[in-house]
Amino acid sequence: MTRKLLDGVPRRGVVALATVLAVLLAAPLFANDYLLTVLILILYFAYAGQAWNVMFGFAGQLSLGHALFVGLGAYVSAALYVHFGVAPWIGLGAAIAIAAACGASIGFLAFRFGVAGVYFAILTIACAEFARIGFDHWSWLGGSAGFFLPVANYARNDLWNLRGSPAMFYYVMLGLTVVALIACRVLSQSRVGYYWRAIREDEQAARTLGIDTFRYKMYAATISAGMTSVAGVFLAFYYNNLFPEQVFHILRSIELIVAPIIGGAGTLIGPIVGAVLLTGLAESLREALDLLGLDVPGAKQVFYGVCLLVVVTLVPGGVWPPLARALRLTTRHGS
Amino acid sequence: MDPLLEVTDLSKRFGGLRAIQNVGFPVPAGAIFAVIGPNGAGKTTLFNLIAGSLRPDAGSIHFAGERIDGLAPDAVCRRGIGRTFQIVRPFPALTVEENVVIGALLHAHNVETARSAAGEVLRRLDLYEKRHQPASSLTLPDRKRLEVARALATRPKLLLLDETMAGLRPTETDRMVATLRELNRSGLTILLIEHVMRAVMALASHILVLHHGATIAQGSPREVVRDPAVLSSYLGAEAL
Repeated sequence: MTRKLLDGVPRRGVVALATVLAVLLAAPLFANDYLLTVLILILYFAYAGQAWNVMFGFAGQLSLGHALFVGLGAYVSAALYVHFGVAPWIGLGAAIAIAAACGASIGFLAFRFGVAGVYFAILTIACAEFARIGFDHWSWLGGSAGFFLPVANYARNDLWNLRGSPAMFYYVMLGLTVVALIACRVLSQSRVGYYWRAIREDEQAARTLGIDTFRYKMYAATISAGMTSVAGVFLAFYYNNLFPEQVFHILRSIELIVAPIIGGAGTLIGPIVGAVLLTGLAESLREALDLLGLDVPGAKQVFYGVCLLVVVTLVPGGVWPPLARALRLTTRHGS
Repeated sequence: MDPLLEVTDLSKRFGGLRAIQNVGFPVPAGAIFAVIGPNGAGKTTLFNLIAGSLRPDAGSIHFAGERIDGLAPDAVCRRGIGRTFQIVRPFPALTVEENVVIGALLHAHNVETARSAAGEVLRRLDLYEKRHQPASSLTLPDRKRLEVARALATRPKLLLLDETMAGLRPTETDRMVATLRELNRSGLTILLIEHVMRAVMALASHILVLHHGATIAQGSPREVVRDPAVLSSYLGAEAL
């Protein structure tokens, strides 16, 4: 299994992966709470970016409304926990099912009726906006006043109910990111992965090779939506408060896709590299500004904008592919 | 014996333009059948109708005894018809091998078997050494060979080739002709659209000539090139 997962990855790549994983596993031993919070954020964006990447990077379907699935995951698991006392790991199943069904419905509408490209992106935005407005008026879930989880008691880590210290949340998010990376690797090496790439490159040509493109695009929409909702479950239990205006907002959707685009859409490591670069550098920028005693509102957004601009003009495929070549970490099959 | 492909009274209009009018022909199993004609004669439309990219307005297409007109392109491919495009469309960001693996997956249980099947096809088309290159880095002749390889990997009974020789130098054309002849010898039926008469004459056992969407001649290469209607509308008197 491990051998198959690492098939074609050069020895240097395996060593690099193992080293990074070891450092991340040991991080809570030397990192303070602030650094841990930044790392959690990095892993969160790496995970969510990976989930979005399945839809766009692998299958070529541009979603600009992925906050919908984050929000659904967050609200479903939080509502089950607060109203019925259902543990988040059980709620996770429901969240995945509901988000996946929602992703499948959007996919069905779009792919069956030939909504593609820019129009597909607009459809995803519209669905997220519907959810934002709907949840804003749903009093059972707090409406626009927000939905709150009982605040964690840091004295004891309760993994089953996801109540505990930043270190616990850190390990949960690290675990999710690793699982997502492995899952995406398995997918990309499988028939589904090959077919997704064919569809992304040229859907007409893919069809003439016998690929039922509708079916495989549906898989992408469903899997990506289900995966993304897990990030939402984490979000709900980590922050303990949910506002429709925040979780479903288009800015959240955009925030999710910046890391994989900067890192390299369609690659496995790209979303992680993008998250490290963006969140890591944005936080460092903030620290630097604080040290200089400067208060610059919106500096992070400007920083994101500049990063995007630099990447789309200089390395349109993202930072990871050229970086991997420079470090001689590319796989035999070029991915 | 029933023909492998039987096109009967096929018609297709685009608004006021009659792209294909009552075209019919049989393609016997094991043949190399060429469709020629001036630009705009309806050749590619005919291919799109057979391959399922377009639906005919009238007429029928039977393949291996089954009616296939109106089926989606993927369904047509699964029944055993492979095709290439006039303007080559390999998956540019993927490697040569990945391109062919995607075709081979149609009949392979897993990626490993598809990869070994793809290897065989790549060797046959002289692309094996280039298998790890991105398709976008190939030269035009190699990209054309890659398209043939990708279609072959789906293990078609009938291969539709849309101007595979266009843009090739004479030596490359001869190489492609040799490859196609060898494929045909191994049992593959080929239907090709071609402007390069040198290739058509070298390969085809039967030729159909289209002009303004209608058949103006069909028969053996020898008959067709002497047909006065073909000479005046397509080949020109100097062809003789």
